[in-house]
Amino acid sequence: MTVNAEATQSAPVLRLQDIRKSFGGIVAIENFSLEVYPGEIVALVGDNGAGKSTLIKIISGVHPPTSGTMTIEGETVTMSNATMARAHGIEVVYQDLALADQQSVYMNMFLGREPTNRFGLLDRRRMIDETDKLVKELDVRIPSAHATIRDLSGGQRQGVAIARATHWASKLILLDEPTAALGVAETAKVEEIVQSLKSRNIGVLIISHSLDQVFKLSDRICVLRRGKQIGVRETAKTDKNEIIAMITGLQHS
Amino acid sequence: MPSANTAASGRPNGFANRINLQQYVVYFGFLAIFLFFAIVLKDSGFLTVRNLSNIVLQTAPATIMAIGLVFVMSAGEIDLSIGSTVAVSALAAAVTMNDYGLVAGVLAGLGAGLLVGLLNGVLVAYVKLPSFLVTLATLGLFAGVSRSMTDLRSIPVTNGTFTGFFGSGAFLGIPSLIWWTVIAVAIGHLIYRETRFGAHVLAVGDNSRAAGVSGISVPRIRLTVLMISGGLAGLAGLLYAGRLQAAKYTLGETDLMTVIAAVIVGGTLLNGGKGSIIGALVGSLMMGMLNNGLILMGLSVSDQMIVRGLIILAAVAVSLREKSR
Repeated sequence: MTVNAEATQSAPVLRLQDIRKSFGGIVAIENFSLEVYPGEIVALVGDNGAGKSTLIKIISGVHPPTSGTMTIEGETVTMSNATMARAHGIEVVYQDLALADQQSVYMNMFLGREPTNRFGLLDRRRMIDETDKLVKELDVRIPSAHATIRDLSGGQRQGVAIARATHWASKLILLDEPTAALGVAETAKVEEIVQSLKSRNIGVLIISHSLDQVFKLSDRICVLRRGKQIGVRETAKTDKNEIIAMITGLQHS
Repeated sequence: MPSANTAASGRPNGFANRINLQQYVVYFGFLAIFLFFAIVLKDSGFLTVRNLSNIVLQTAPATIMAIGLVFVMSAGEIDLSIGSTVAVSALAAAVTMNDYGLVAGVLAGLGAGLLVGLLNGVLVAYVKLPSFLVTLATLGLFAGVSRSMTDLRSIPVTNGTFTGFFGSGAFLGIPSLIWWTVIAVAIGHLIYRETRFGAHVLAVGDNSRAAGVSGISVPRIRLTVLMISGGLAGLAGLLYAGRLQAAKYTLGETDLMTVIAAVIVGGTLLNGGKGSIIGALVGSLMMGMLNNGLILMGLSVSDQMIVRGLIILAAVAVSLREKSR
């Protein structure tokens, strides 16, 4: 029993091995390998065009890799669209959040996956209750589950998008620049929410341009440069100078 | 009283409590126009039961078309072809019925509408052409088809069962056109508000990218709404043929502007993401009442068109103001 429990504890939710992706003759990603464990936040950093977005698209099923294997909790998967990734318990919080602005918070929480009652009609009660519960757990401060997305602040919208991902993700959440458009206080709030995801035992892969944020949130940092994996460091055992050197390729330490 | 609020302490409770002008403008507009005519046309017979029920009967086809357009516009598309789909469907029904009987005629009428919708839908959803251009083209195309089908003649509809069922008949003392209106509005409202399909239509119109990454098939929604619109325009054609006991290429020709106005006034946004079937019904009744009142007031046809045009302008202005907030 204990052995089993420990085995699942230590098994990565996501394992990428020798991932390579080329578009025509152009290689976007090569020799990329990474593991993400449950309850762990891994940051993906690199300059513009380093291949971070391509990697997110590979993991979320939008672009299948040209070669290499992807395993989710030990099971090798091939995905050809985002729906398949979601079926595997992977959720993405896109940079543009992918929220329907004129719909309510609860309709967005269940966008494309609305529960119905036995008459085949929308089960609003359930959507509202589950939204209220999750929003409370994650401490996303919105006026109500009925609020229209358009009436929310940037931080609240980000909170809703993360709450939606949290509700559906059983294995892994990908966060693409979650605080790029936010002010100081809202960024702090969103970071708090991301931090709280660790206790839910799902893996988090976060893309961020802010090294302060990366060092504050992550357990490990994976550096990409021009489609190549430069290295993975434990956040506690590295510093900004080393990471910057890895990102830019300029050695000065 | 609402049960203990699960949405917890510390947060301001309740809705974003602002008055949503655009959503209710149709009800105020309806009341205002009604009161205006009731007073001004007191002695011209506006308020008689006969006149008021006539308004409802006359607007039945436009209301049915408006329901389809709410779906289309909510998905961020437009269907201009309904203006000529009505005539094509009515003519198809009349011609087929005279040769092959009632059932074949009804199926031909509805089928013609669905086929126009299918053509529009495939071009918009899968060939990815803008619905404005596609349906503008099919509007002209089928206006031509309905003219060449009959050499500009009108086709009589003599089947008494048909004219009773779709036109002048009554059931339980209520005219069949009112039944059609009520049933179509009720079913339309239920599908629009309470089903996953309705929610997906709104999501596609609101943010098609978000809908797509959420697993909603955006092309399938676009195809379906245009087929709903075509099918309902076909039904409107049957209602015209039933009421007038004849089909002609001019049927529905002038309805397009009225229907678009009814839908927009009724709170459906031009750019999609938000709308109301009930609002469209009230909008359609309002437009019918307006037509009726302007005629009773003795306005010429051209003056009526000007007034209608101004109302549409006002409605669009309110609609766009709302969207940009």
